[in-house]
Amino acid sequence: MIKVRTKDLNLHYGDHHALKDISMDIEENKVTALIGPSGCGKSTFLKSLNRMNDLIPICRIEGLVTLDGVDIYKDVNVVELRKKIGMVFQKPNPFPMSIYDNITYGPKTHGIRKKSMLDEIVERSLRDAVLWDEVKDRLRKSALSLSGGQQQRLCIARTLSVEPEVMLMDEPTSALDPISTLKIEDLISELKKNYTIIIVTHNMQQAGRISDNTAFFLLGEVIEFGETENIFNVPTDKRTEDYITGRFG
Amino acid sequence: MNRKNKSYDLIMKALIWIFSAVTLVFFLLVTGFIIIKGAPQISWSFLTDIYKVTADKHGILPMMVNTVYLILITLLISVPVGIFAAIYLVEYAKPGKIVSVIRFTTETLAGIPSIVYGLFGLIFFVSFLKLDWSILSGALTLSIMVLPVIIRTTEESLKTVPREYKEGSLALGATRLRTIFKIILPNAISGILAAVILSIGRIVGETAALLFTSGIVPKIAQSIFNSGRTMSLHLYLLVTEGISTDEAYGTAFVLLVIVIVINRLSAYLAGRLRKRLQGGSAE
Repeated sequence: MIKVRTKDLNLHYGDHHALKDISMDIEENKVTALIGPSGCGKSTFLKSLNRMNDLIPICRIEGLVTLDGVDIYKDVNVVELRKKIGMVFQKPNPFPMSIYDNITYGPKTHGIRKKSMLDEIVERSLRDAVLWDEVKDRLRKSALSLSGGQQQRLCIARTLSVEPEVMLMDEPTSALDPISTLKIEDLISELKKNYTIIIVTHNMQQAGRISDNTAFFLLGEVIEFGETENIFNVPTDKRTEDYITGRFG
Repeated sequence: MNRKNKSYDLIMKALIWIFSAVTLVFFLLVTGFIIIKGAPQISWSFLTDIYKVTADKHGILPMMVNTVYLILITLLISVPVGIFAAIYLVEYAKPGKIVSVIRFTTETLAGIPSIVYGLFGLIFFVSFLKLDWSILSGALTLSIMVLPVIIRTTEESLKTVPREYKEGSLALGATRLRTIFKIILPNAISGILAAVILSIGRIVGETAALLFTSGIVPKIAQSIFNSGRTMSLHLYLLVTEGISTDEAYGTAFVLLVIVIVINRLSAYLAGRLRKRLQGGSAE
């Protein structure tokens, strides 16, 4: 099943041609890793999937992006879209409020007001993000009192709170220590049963460990896209091979 | 560190200490002087009596009430306008001609002498709009005066809210408006309160602009359409009309106390507000 599809996606920041003719079919309930050197357009591509680039005035987008076959730039309102496609950022960015309020922010945004329902959402989201046991006794405490790894799992829980279908992750572990990183990776493998996950990573081992499919970006183009195993073991493009084996990047 | 650097370091340190000490000395000198000269003038009747022209000693109750009155009305007008203007400038306005014109205007407004504002208030609010010498005329004039401070300070504090918070909110499907009210404003609250405190300082200290707009009637203003003399204005008149230097010191002392109280109260409220908006305290 194809969940997200892009066809001839081109993106310009002013004069800079940041994405060139990107056509990708992203499968449902799989983890798709986006790899490539810095500035190659991975994050830009990710942000064009939930229209976060709308914030940038000089950004111009052409081509097609669909979610379940529906054009997200034409036929979906952006609030609905971002409810369906959640995002976890590179640096953990919990709001400076309580743990509880962090989780309920999304549901409240979408009109849920009932206390019992919110309580339920908080517990479910935190359990799904494997954070519940660590924080259940201090839900009213500031989210900023958590460690970096916990904060990132809180951000994942916050994303889960609005029951998205797709989760975009922009180098979610790059600011974390190895143990926290492993926890997040385990979590991602668990989450893919219910969600479609697209993850940008700089870490080759990580891409190899957790992803089903991998796309290799270079200078705004997708050089190679396919099953992770094939990309890593039998890359068809010389540039892919050079990057994976660490010859540049 | 070689010897040259060392002596340079020593000289700079000494200079910093000396200048800090000078600032402190002036502060202590001014407040000390007012306390020594003013405190003995304070009595129950001084604080609670109305102002009778024929009396030997005059009370300042009407001026105290008028001052608070003027502060409240001015803030009621200027704070919402200022905050929304700042939100517009930071969050909505596209950089370009209009924004630079607004910026230029606010910066120019901030530099105009207050007597000019007073003259404008006299012509526009008092005469043209026929609001007469009244608390309202005074408050409107002062609102224009403090608006640049509120806009600039609020703008700066809005800009310090991390972009990540905003992105996090938008990525959850929150609209721009919700993001502003639930995430950005609560996190900018201390800056906004700083703006309010600065404004209060200006309102309390203003005389020139009020002479022409809120008038000098030494009675408690019965409504915003009545004239009412504020404390700074009272101080000015006590001295210039040669009524009583002692009473002027007494008034100055009370003014000082009021400013300090307002200051502390605002800081306390800011802390409470931030806690409530952010839920739970960071450990």
